[in-house]
Amino acid sequence: MQEKVSRILRKTAQVFSGGGQDDAGVTVSATSTAHVTYAASAASRKAPHPFWIIVRKEMSDIMLSWRYVILLALMLLTCGASLYTAITSIKTAVPTGEAVDSFLFLRLFTVSDGTIPSFITFVSFLGPLIGIALGFDAVNSERNKGTLSRMMAQPIHRDYVINAKFVAGISVIGLLFFALGLLIMGLGLLTLGIPPTFDEFLRMIFFLMLSVVYIAFWLNLSIAFSVRFRQPATSALSCIALWIFFSVFYTMIIEMIAKGIAPVNPTHMDQLVSYQQTVQFLLRLSPGHLFNEATMTLLMPEIRTLSLFVPPEQTYGALPSPLSVGQSLLLVWPQLTGLIAAVLVCFMAAYMMFMRQEIRSR
Amino acid sequence: MKQPDNLQIMDVSEAEFDVPDMRQPIISIKDLTKMYDEHTAVNQLTLSIQEGEIYGLLGPNGAGKSTTILMMLGLTEPTSGTVRVCGLDSVRQPIAVKRRVGYLPDDIGFYEDMTGYDNLMYTARLNRIPELEARQRVDAMLQRVGLSDAARKKASTYSRGMRQRLGLAEVLLKKPEVIILDEPTLGLDPEGVRELLQLIKALSRDEGITVLLSSHHLHQVQQICDRVGIFVKGELLVEGDVPSLAKGLFLEEALTLEVGVKPINSELIAELRKLPGVVRVEEQDGLLQIGCKEDISSALSRILIESGCSLFHLQIKQYGLDEIYHRYFEGGEPNAGESKQDTP
Repeated sequence: MQEKVSRILRKTAQVFSGGGQDDAGVTVSATSTAHVTYAASAASRKAPHPFWIIVRKEMSDIMLSWRYVILLALMLLTCGASLYTAITSIKTAVPTGEAVDSFLFLRLFTVSDGTIPSFITFVSFLGPLIGIALGFDAVNSERNKGTLSRMMAQPIHRDYVINAKFVAGISVIGLLFFALGLLIMGLGLLTLGIPPTFDEFLRMIFFLMLSVVYIAFWLNLSIAFSVRFRQPATSALSCIALWIFFSVFYTMIIEMIAKGIAPVNPTHMDQLVSYQQTVQFLLRLSPGHLFNEATMTLLMPEIRTLSLFVPPEQTYGALPSPLSVGQSLLLVWPQLTGLIAAVLVCFMAAYMMFMRQEIRSR
Repeated sequence: MKQPDNLQIMDVSEAEFDVPDMRQPIISIKDLTKMYDEHTAVNQLTLSIQEGEIYGLLGPNGAGKSTTILMMLGLTEPTSGTVRVCGLDSVRQPIAVKRRVGYLPDDIGFYEDMTGYDNLMYTARLNRIPELEARQRVDAMLQRVGLSDAARKKASTYSRGMRQRLGLAEVLLKKPEVIILDEPTLGLDPEGVRELLQLIKALSRDEGITVLLSSHHLHQVQQICDRVGIFVKGELLVEGDVPSLAKGLFLEEALTLEVGVKPINSELIAELRKLPGVVRVEEQDGLLQIGCKEDISSALSRILIESGCSLFHLQIKQYGLDEIYHRYFEGGEPNAGESKQDTP
């Protein structure tokens, strides 16, 4: 994943630097024709691939749009608020155990004084909104503007369009999150005066990547809706409905179901365990829940297990020490796989629908 | 990416005097069928278009013109049959086909917040035209369609006619061998239509580009098409050039004379019916419509004046596409919408 992201970023950087030479080209064409032919033959060798042309345009479209400015403002507010709450409450909120103290830096993201939520709460709540905002009109607005059929008349493969939309969206989100995350780290470093350990740094990077994957899920979901529905308003509303369903109603519904299926007079431990496992399984169908479990584990090394019942023979003799990064990652591996699978399922749905659709002019 | 040079233009203009059947058609469609569920949009279409020709695909809305065009570009798969454009199979090699074919959709959209110039540059980049050459070509094309002054304005400020011309410039950007125009004159004012058609005609003549255009505006297309095909309910009913179509259809009455005389009475009508060559005499809105095999206007006017009537109007009406069209579409237009229904 990290490799892929870095490759994408590198490619994007290439594309952008390719765009940078535009201005040089104008001056050349004004000077002499001999020069022009030379420059033209030089340029023809590196005429960029159409896919990266589309990605570049999509990225600049996103970054120059009002909605991006609004989202950026929202995220900066989030950063400010969560940083403020973390710094003011970090002294009181942290218990004075030696093991915990060593992960003080991670508390920047998780700690809260109760009035303003922590950074991870903000991300799990606002992340979907960012994904939805960048994707809900990806395909249908092009269709309605009549630019899709024009683009399809050019010698490019059809899937370039939808792939480029996804790559552009995820690149922008990745850039945004890494910028914000590193900004928080930097500010935290300045205010706390304690440098993060390498372990903590890795945990934060994994957390940021996890956030990008989580938002990619919502981005793909909204792209799928934008392929399915002709009206951007319909697709936006459907996405928001799903978002609200998962963030508000899903837990309520699961609680109701849990009450219904709870064993009345549990006579054996196994009954309780299987009941709890059922409830937990149902909860984990929500991508938000998966994300929360994974972030908590990554940012709180003292979390040693995600299951509710641990048999005494397993805890017996275990030292109450924090896990290493590798062990925490191992613990959230199912969650991470689940999230990536959800991303792929949404993308495949969007892809299949898009490839099967007939593209007509307006 | 063929460079039209002088030699080629010579070739095309000479070729017009040759027998066209001797050459390989640039577009050949065989038994093309497209079904949408139970509805047949295009039925067993066979069509061939020669290089350098301007071909008009005529038909009412929902006749399957757009579907046929989409299949030519490989944007929709045919249910059965083959489409070959420039010797390439549109189903198997859509990218290669799209490299050689320019397509102007019927309601073309541009990125509104980009200038006309930037919109074209984007297309040029998608076609992998090197940056500097792209600039030169975009400038040249904008000049050609008369949009040089508006090039730096945002596409949202363009009028309908300007959009259509910008679309044509975009189509020409990749130096196509064939251009396909879907309803190019739709929504343009008469002057805009005239300019656009002249532009298309000039392109075809000067650069030897084959043009296929679809339309339901018959009299407009009539002016520039070498051949037309009439397309109804997914079937090509008839094709040929306009005069031969008219001849084939209206064998009995080749032309109609519209005559304004005073007074009109039954004796006069009876007398006119006896004239040699007259097929039909009818009174319509105070004017006489005389259908005849050949031009008898001079004989007619002499008779009218000799009989003491006052002749104040005499017009020869040749059968145009409109009449041809009506002959074919008598019995109402097919109702099927051309675009798929959306389910929000």
